Amino acid sequence: MRPDARPNPWLRWDCSVCWVTVGLAVLVVASFWSLDLQLGRLFSMDSAKRMGRFFGELLSPNIDPKFLTKLAVASVETLAMSALGTLLAAVFGLMLAVPASKSHRDDPARWRWITRLVLNALRSIPELVWAALILISAGLGPFAGTLALALHTTGVLGRLFSESIENAPQGAAYALRIQGIAEGRIFLFATLPTVLPQLLSYTLYRWENNIRAAAVLGVVGGGGLGQMLAFHMGLFQMQETSSILIAMIILVVLVDSLSYLSRRLMSR
Amino acid sequence: MVSLASDPSLRDPAWTRRVAWVSLALVLLIPALIATEFKPWIFFNADNLKVTSRFIGDFFPPEIGAEFLRMVMVEAWRTIAIASAGMALALVVAIPMTLAATSVLSVSSLSGRMHALPFGIRQALRWILILLRSIPELVWALVFVRVVGLGPAAGVLAIGLTYAGMLGKVYSEILESGDTHATTTLLRNGGGRLQAFFFGLLPQNATELTSYTVYRWECAIRSSAVLGFVGAGGLGQQMDASMKMFNGGEVATILLVFMALVGLADLLSAWLRRVIQ
Repeated sequence: MRPDARPNPWLRWDCSVCWVTVGLAVLVVASFWSLDLQLGRLFSMDSAKRMGRFFGELLSPNIDPKFLTKLAVASVETLAMSALGTLLAAVFGLMLAVPASKSHRDDPARWRWITRLVLNALRSIPELVWAALILISAGLGPFAGTLALALHTTGVLGRLFSESIENAPQGAAYALRIQGIAEGRIFLFATLPTVLPQLLSYTLYRWENNIRAAAVLGVVGGGGLGQMLAFHMGLFQMQETSSILIAMIILVVLVDSLSYLSRRLMSR
Repeated sequence: MVSLASDPSLRDPAWTRRVAWVSLALVLLIPALIATEFKPWIFFNADNLKVTSRFIGDFFPPEIGAEFLRMVMVEAWRTIAIASAGMALALVVAIPMTLAATSVLSVSSLSGRMHALPFGIRQALRWILILLRSIPELVWALVFVRVVGLGPAAGVLAIGLTYAGMLGKVYSEILESGDTHATTTLLRNGGGRLQAFFFGLLPQNATELTSYTVYRWECAIRSSAVLGFVGAGGLGQQMDASMKMFNGGEVATILLVFMALVGLADLLSAWLRRVIQ
């Protein structure tokens, strides 16, 4: 047998990439088939005309100073929601991360699995669903949105924090532990200072995400720009809708470019 | 106390810094608390407490009637289907745009600077990708619900457009960040752009591209469940309906199914990414 006459790797039965590809193709075909998207109607002249009219109406935003002031207030509200939600999440995330981590080899970590379960539950429900749930007891407004952001982010940050606590270098903590110092103090004076920069960068990264999330939370009634969007779009006030969309895009692009710039400055 | 303050070795060296940071935090925090109408005590208002406890009390037991469960399963599948169809659409949009936008495949930049026209086209495509990406999918969904009506089509289009932006941007970053030597050599020796892509650029970056795509598919499932809240079909729409009727049992079931779905997608995507490596 010539050395280059190996069987084609794409035709082998254990070609995992092929199986994954076939599986995904089947999934996509099944999706389109079962959804009944009525693509014919979607790409018809009628819907093209409607889409054209819709985007045409978006081209003339409302720039009345009074409305722009309202828009600025809503943008500040969105920023405040995201900042406060992230701050609450960082505090509660840290509080939950301590019991959720096995900080050294002999740590019994009795509460580890139950706190991890709580963190996973908090994390797997998106902000928007939390907001819809909290609305029932907190009413419409930015407070519900803030709490929703805080709950979801607590799950995310708690998990990230507990991972960085577990992976922290053990030197300083070990030195204190050998002197018989209590665990609480070891955490405050050895583990926490070691991991603090990482925790801060996780928190800032989540804040960036949360600004984007806060902008849309209002659509279910959680305050900020989203609530204005849902309100004016519901009334078919296209000029106002257009201004709000532009404000949202500016906010997101601003946050993206600020984070990009700061990352570049820090990595230099 | 007097001796503590006067003895320099016992004084906290970071005292002024601590005070400064705490006061700065308070100055920033108070306006934020006012802007977000932060009033936790409204939870303990008697009326609210009654409504909340009744709603949460309704969570147990979750609704497990056969009829309802069957409907939830259909909606769960629709959530997956919207995410997958949206991803397919996103790929159809993102792949050609990535090919046109990557500067690695530029022939004119092989010798010095890129020409003005191709540079302009690439920059314009990049801006379109940024624009697609920076409008959240929920807003796209709201827009499309207006244009194409309630139903899964709005969700598919919303996911398709937002994720096209994300995929296109990250794909071109991946392609440009790796070693481009093989690709430029192919281009220099007269290979076409597509040839250079398929034989130089793609084999080098295939695993990274695939694993990012799989990760995004997982994210798409999460967001397609949420899109239902604005009427784009799937689990979210069902949850919205149950919530509006204050039916805690149904909400609990849907939440559990939703968490199981997200967990499953998480596991599957982690497994797929491991298989591909």
